[in-house]
Order: sequence, then C-alpha cells, then structure tokens
Amino acid sequence: MSNLEQARALVKRGQVMTVIAVTAIALCAVRALLFTPVERFQGPAQKIFYLHVPAAWSAFLAFGLVGIVSGLYLWLDDRRLDLFAEASAETGTILTAIVLITGPIWGKPIWGAWWVWDARLTSTLFLFFIFIGYHSLRAAVHDPQDRARFSAVLGILGAMLIPFIHLTVYLFRTQHPMPVVARPEGPTLPGVMLLTLLLSLGAFTLLYLGWTTLRYGIGRVREAREELHDATA
Amino acid sequence: MIRLALTIAAKDLRAELRSRTALVTALAFAALVLVLFEFARDPTRLTAALLAPSAVWITGTFAATLTLGRAFSTEQDHHAMDGLLLAPVPREAIFIGKWLGALAFALAIDVLIVPLAVLFFNLRMTAEALAGIALVLVLAKVGFTAVGTVFSALVAKLRSKELLLPLLVLPFLVPPLIGGVQATARLLDGQPLSDVSGWLRLLLAYDLVFVVGGLLVFPRLLDE
Amino acid sequence: MTDVPLLDARGLVRAYGRTTVLRGIDLSLAAGETLAIVGPNGAGKTTLLRCLAGLLRPAKGEVRVLGALVKADAPESRRPIGLVSHHSLLYDDLTLRENLAFHARLHALDAPDDRAMAGLRSVQLDQKADALPRDLSRGMLQRAAIARALLHRPTLVLLDEPFTGLDADAAERLRGLLAEQVPTGAGMVVVTHQPAEVWPLATRVAALAEGKWVLQEPKQGTPDELLARLRMGALA
Repeated sequence: MSNLEQARALVKRGQVMTVIAVTAIALCAVRALLFTPVERFQGPAQKIFYLHVPAAWSAFLAFGLVGIVSGLYLWLDDRRLDLFAEASAETGTILTAIVLITGPIWGKPIWGAWWVWDARLTSTLFLFFIFIGYHSLRAAVHDPQDRARFSAVLGILGAMLIPFIHLTVYLFRTQHPMPVVARPEGPTLPGVMLLTLLLSLGAFTLLYLGWTTLRYGIGRVREAREELHDATA
Repeated sequence: MIRLALTIAAKDLRAELRSRTALVTALAFAALVLVLFEFARDPTRLTAALLAPSAVWITGTFAATLTLGRAFSTEQDHHAMDGLLLAPVPREAIFIGKWLGALAFALAIDVLIVPLAVLFFNLRMTAEALAGIALVLVLAKVGFTAVGTVFSALVAKLRSKELLLPLLVLPFLVPPLIGGVQATARLLDGQPLSDVSGWLRLLLAYDLVFVVGGLLVFPRLLDE
Repeated sequence: MTDVPLLDARGLVRAYGRTTVLRGIDLSLAAGETLAIVGPNGAGKTTLLRCLAGLLRPAKGEVRVLGALVKADAPESRRPIGLVSHHSLLYDDLTLRENLAFHARLHALDAPDDRAMAGLRSVQLDQKADALPRDLSRGMLQRAAIARALLHRPTLVLLDEPFTGLDADAAERLRGLLAEQVPTGAGMVVVTHQPAEVWPLATRVAALAEGKWVLQEPKQGTPDELLARLRMGALA
C-alpha cells in the first residue's frame, strides 16, 4: 500500500473512532446525569467529575506519549514520530483545556473557590503552558527537520518536568495544609458510580486515540502528497 | 572534556568582560526589580521580612532568565558556532562550558541581590542562615541554568527568541522556585538547615535529572 | 604503509526541507591533491563542503577522513579538518590574538598564545594582534579567518568560494598564501564558481549541478575550455 493510501486509511480509522468516542461520551453523560445516583455531600455538581477525571487521564496520556515519542524521534530520526507527537500534542491541548474548564465548574460549589493550587490542578495548568509552548515553538521554526528536533527536545524535557511540579506542589501542600478537597475516589466509590467513571474513562481514551489518529493521518496525507508532487516534478 | 568546557567558559567570560554589556545590565536590572518589590507591598499588611524570600527569588530567577540568551547569541557573530562544532570538542563539553557560564551569571546576580535585600528589607541574617541560603541558591540555579542552556541553544537562530525563550523556560522554574522560597523563608526564620533537608533533596534530585537530561539531549539538538 | 585515502565520501544524500540538495555524491581525495569544485548557484556545493566538514549530517552516506568516520559524536575525526567558509568564525569581542589562541586551545595545541602570534605573522596580521574583528577590513578579516583555519595544520583544507569579492591582486595574494601556508601533503577542496581563480593551484576539477556530478577529471586545458564544455553539456 502506498504511503498516501496508508495515510488515508489512518484518517478514515481516526474519523470512525472519533465518532464512536463522541457518541460514547454523550451516552456516558446521559448515564451520569440520569442513571447514576447523586453524590451525598457534593450534590449534582459532582457529576462533572465523570467528564473531568477521564479528560485529565487522557490529557496526561497524550502528554506522556508526546514525551516518549519525542525521545524516540531524537534517537531514531523518523519523521512519522514527529507527526505523531504533533498530533498527540494537539489532542492533549484540547483535553487539557477541558480539564481546566471542568475543574473550576466542579470545584466552585464544593471548594467554595474557583481555583485551588493542589498538585493535580497545578500540574494540569503547567501541562497546558507546556503544550502552548510546544505549539508556539513549532510555529516559530520553518525548517521541518529543525522543527521536529526542537519540539522533541521540549517534549522530552517537559515530560520530565511535570512529575517534578506535581511532587513539589504536593510537598508544598503537606507543609501548608489547606481546606481538604473532597474527592470521591478509589474504594469508597460505590459500584454504579465506578462503572460510570470507567465507561467514561474508556470513552475519553477512545476519543484521544481517535482524534490523534485522525490528526496523524492528516499529517501523513500531507506528507505523502508532497512526496508525490516532488517525485513528478 | 572538563578542560575544554572551562576553555569555552573562560572565552565567554573574557568576551563578556571586554564588552561588559550583559553583566552590568543584568545586575542593574536585578537591583531595580528588587527595589520595586518594596513599593509593590502594603507595609501595613505585609512586613518586608515576609516578602523578602519571594522578592529575592523572583528577582534572581527573572534576571537569570533574561541572561540565558547571551550564551548562544555571542556564537552568532560571524557564525562562530561553526568554529565550536568544527573543533575536536565533544558537544557535551560545549554544553558544560555554556552551562557554567550561565550559572556564573545567575550566581553573580544572587551575590548582588542577597546583600541588597538584607539592606533594603532590614533582614536579620545570621551566618548560618546566610550559608544555608547560599547553598539553596546554588542548588536551585544549577538545575535551572542547565535547562536554560538547552533552550538558549534551541532558540538561538529563531526570530522570536526574546519572547520564546522565557515562555519555554519559565515552567521549568517552578520546582526550584517553590523549593527555594520555602527553604529560604525557613532559614531566614532561624530554622536550622536540617529542617529544610526535604527541600534540599528535591532541589538536588531536580539538578540531577536536568543536568543529565541536558547532557543527553544537547548533542542531538545541535545536529543540523 | 596503509593506503588510506585522505578523504573518502560515499553516497552522500542531503535534503533541505523537501528539496534534495545532494543526490548520492562520491568523492575521494588523496594527500597533496587540490580539487576545484565548480557549479552554478544552488548546485549543492556549500552543502557538500559542510557535509565533508562534519557540520551537516547527511541523510545517507558517509564521510571518512584518514579512515575515520566523521560524525558529531566522534570529535577526534574532525581534528585533521580545516574549513574556510564565507564567515570568519571570529568573535567580535575578542582580539585576533585571543580568537586564535582560543582556537589553539580547542585543538589542545601547545603554547596557544605563541601559536596564535605565529599564525598572525604568517598572514602579516601580527601588527593587528590586539585589534577586534569589527575594526578590520574585509581582506584582513579573510586573512585572519584563514590563519585561524590553518592554525592546527589540518591535512584536509576545505574552502568555500574564498575568491568572492577579491580583485585580481588580492586573488593572487590569496593563491600565494594558500600555496605557502597549507601544509605540504595536505589535500584541498576549493569550491568556486570562477575556476580561473583557483586554476594554478588545482590538480583536479569536478562540476556539480543539481546535486550530482556532471564531470570529474584531472585538471587539463584552460578554465575557459572547462566552462565551455560545461555549457555545452548543459545544453545537450
């Protein structure tokens, strides 16, 4: 199969996965709103949790993959790795924005504040900054090889940074105890809520995979078209 | 390798002493910003001593960030960077040489602003506290300048480098900044060094990760 | 004695963006040879030279100098190489003496300051040892650049259009300088688009067009004959 055909197949697969994922998320939302019990202490606002946590998981997945693929690019020098990193970064940015928006919407009724500087939210905020930096850097570099190499350096160093930010803020918070942030999670989560959460998690992961495959496919199509154009020129 | 790195750092120092542009400007800028902190506080709500750690750290790290660019901007004269790449010098030595230069700059700024802070903010500083704070400053700047050196090389030929460099580098400032301010505040308060050992360990871990990371990534970064 | 060629490059391929600048170049050079590479702008001459110098990583192919593979993580492989490019590679805030001494230190040469002065003397710039590059004329800057490039007595000297902008007298002086200062037994590769400039020094000529050789032969005849043959070849 030629490169162009391969790339087009990826785009198709990505589109299908995305459509399924969006439907799945919509269904999960319905399940969360209508068929999952209201949490006792937090009330209906808690239901945003079923969007917020899976989005956060997918955002960090996107970022982690950008980090790994960036490292691989620096080692193997394969352009496709750069295209994948770019696609994953795009998806990651959108997912991170969702986390940062849903966080305060959930938080305000519960924390009493629009924002808290806990380890997770702070790490997510910096994740967003790094994604913005990644896109700004890519926009500022014209040579494709340089762009791939520079983004990869940012990708891998950024991936090393986020755990440090998380750890640092966590240590900071243990020294400065603030009002406890109530989060229902882990074994205290009753079965039916856990199921909704897991379904939503699956749907968001699928959304990540689908959208990233789609964007990656589009990048590959563009490359394949350019190759054909150069070959015939 | 270390000798070559020191040769490069010495060359940069000599060039800097001759032109004297960046160092003096950076020091003057840092002093000015430090003073601005005094005017940016409400004296009835915030004592100078409480603000001091934040002021010293924000000033020091911002001024250091602005000087990071000069590490590789001087190599753009007549394409001098090619000279470094042509020489039988390992690229890691170039990294170490440039990093030591950036570190020297950052610490020179700190050497100025810590006494100024003691003066302007009327701080009570014991010898132990000073030694402890010096240690914290060095530990924090080591890791931060390593990351800064990598990004300085990265943006060296880009048009928007003045804006891009701070955007890329500032997130990396967060762990050393938090650790640094927390440790400094405690040390100023009279607590012994052992009380801040947790923060010191964090700074050390950060340094190890990003110095090694920088060493691994830098040679590949310079590929054309 | 092993018969290792001074320079042996095989299958060099190099792209810039989507354009392939070098399409599989082979090149070898023996000690004492001087190769003149001619070709139109955009043929890939500078790219080729930079690949030979180890500044550019070819997408495919390899460069060996004295048998050692030239690559980024093999610093020793670069020791025998000297490059004179369009830019002087000098630091504006260091004197000529300091610039050359720095180069000497990078090459771990003994008595770097003495070597620097000797280098400046060889190009008649010792009077300007304490001058800064910005205070020098173009001609002086080029001489300083050459002194710097040759300071470590390289066995492979690469020159990128060194005669550009020089009048006939200056070109003659440059030829003289190269004839004296390049170590005997060294090999030279000179990129030029005016073969007449380097003709007296050359032993071989090669012509590059669109990333491929169109001609490689020992020097013969006159530069005008060479250019005429190339023009005919281009029309054929």
